[in-house]
Amino acid sequence: MQLLPLKEAIAAHVRDGARVALEGFTHLIPFAAGHEIVRQERRNLHLIRMTPDLIYDQLIGMGCASQLTFSWGGNPGVGSLHRLRDAVEHGWPQPLALTEYTHAELALGYQAGASGMTCGLMLHHTDTDLDRVSSSSRRTLSCPFTGRPLKAVPAIRPDVTILHAQQIDAAGNVLLRGIIGAAKEAAMAAERLVVTVEEQVARLDADMNAVVLPSWLVTAASIVPGGAWPSYAHNHYPRDNRFYLAWDEIARERGAFTAWMERHVLGVRDHAEHLRLLGVAA
Amino acid sequence: MSASDYTRDEIMTVTAARQLPNGAVCFVGIGLPSAACNLARMTHAPDLVLIYESGTVGTRPTVLPLSIGDGELAETATSVVPLPEIFAHYLQRGRVDFGFLGAAQIDRHANLNSTVIGAYARPKVRLPGAGGAPEIATFAGEVLIIMKQTPRSFVPRLDFRTSCGYLAGSGARAATGSPGAGPRAVITDFGVLRPDPDTHELTLTALYPGITVEAAQAATGWPLKIGTRLETLPAPDSDELRVLRALQASTRQAQARPVRITLPAAI
Repeated sequence: MQLLPLKEAIAAHVRDGARVALEGFTHLIPFAAGHEIVRQERRNLHLIRMTPDLIYDQLIGMGCASQLTFSWGGNPGVGSLHRLRDAVEHGWPQPLALTEYTHAELALGYQAGASGMTCGLMLHHTDTDLDRVSSSSRRTLSCPFTGRPLKAVPAIRPDVTILHAQQIDAAGNVLLRGIIGAAKEAAMAAERLVVTVEEQVARLDADMNAVVLPSWLVTAASIVPGGAWPSYAHNHYPRDNRFYLAWDEIARERGAFTAWMERHVLGVRDHAEHLRLLGVAA
Repeated sequence: MSASDYTRDEIMTVTAARQLPNGAVCFVGIGLPSAACNLARMTHAPDLVLIYESGTVGTRPTVLPLSIGDGELAETATSVVPLPEIFAHYLQRGRVDFGFLGAAQIDRHANLNSTVIGAYARPKVRLPGAGGAPEIATFAGEVLIIMKQTPRSFVPRLDFRTSCGYLAGSGARAATGSPGAGPRAVITDFGVLRPDPDTHELTLTALYPGITVEAAQAATGWPLKIGTRLETLPAPDSDELRVLRALQASTRQAQARPVRITLPAAI
């Protein structure tokens, strides 16, 4: 584990054209890391995430991505991700190739990747048109023991997975607490793991069965307080539902979106300045 | 005691809540399903077990979450498990009695589209996509669907079948070996549709007070079959309305609350 400023961690570990998974299911979404990718103008990324959320809406709208692997692409409880829609419906700012799964399938793909398997297996779910449009990314087969129909999903192996977490200790071990989604599987599936954390502590405040990523699995870590905002970090700050509601208007039109990103992301040095500019931090 | 002053959204949510028996295990979607499930838990079904796909099991939120993974859901849960376990250990293993789904389009056999309007490769409207819906539709013991009824959403032919209801009907679903029984009811802002026991075609079986058959038919994009015994559903009672309105008021208040983050001095 290397403790680096976020700018250096992204520069070193996220390359143009890479398969990148910023995970965290609603909770602990690594927004600060995503913004640094925008600032460093990465291009042609293959973005992977169960729920693209606002962070991929931003990366897609800023022209960082040419491919997206996902399972649910909306603004939860609010509506559309307008930049994701614009890329798929009109190819703006560039076309976006989709590989689409269900939640269970994508989680299974991460699990297979995390386990060194070539694919993951689940019970076949009843006929869906997804099988026809994404035929390359799933197959049906029979259970060799019972003959029951099964579905196989290929392993997902990101070049780099990026997570946000609450704590890192002096030795570089990382603790995630609260809703975990498929973050652990995405971390274990990746070639490299980059983590941003709320704080460094001498000793993790962790129960025996807590989700702790040992330091030797972490490629690089950066201390970025507030790094998951406007999503949240349990025990640190709640989800900013007001901002999620406001994003619908900010992202609806290309011009307003670009102006917002130029001012609040490209126009600031780092995440602390981003939070201060928005009045979230003093 | 039933109330006379209520909105169509309110009677829809209350009617959906009444479908859930106490003690059942329910896989909850965000939005109307979440409101209905929590209303049920706060009124007639205090032991309803609510599971959200983010991994919260047995959660008892005091305000409705905006997203499927708000902190409130984790803090009030019996257990918070990794997402792959929710789908494998709980849903696929057959431990969920009811799944609650919505969609952009439904057809007469209760198949659902939440993927695209128009052609997949060049969609007119790109919708959010599958999420957990195809597995919920397959593996939950029974499925309840909650959707506003319009000719644009109740369509003769789906643009895309994301999740299965009864496929082509007349036993087609059972023939696939699907473990769940399929949609038991579709709760709309007009009333309730249920599948015909033989053909599995959705049939109007109940209406809200003051709603006509003609209005429900006009809101449906196919010739809607009417049940032989058409029931008039009771209006929400005053307790249900009080709980629902209080829940929505506290939710609005919570969502308007600004978030403040204290950064360390050195940053």
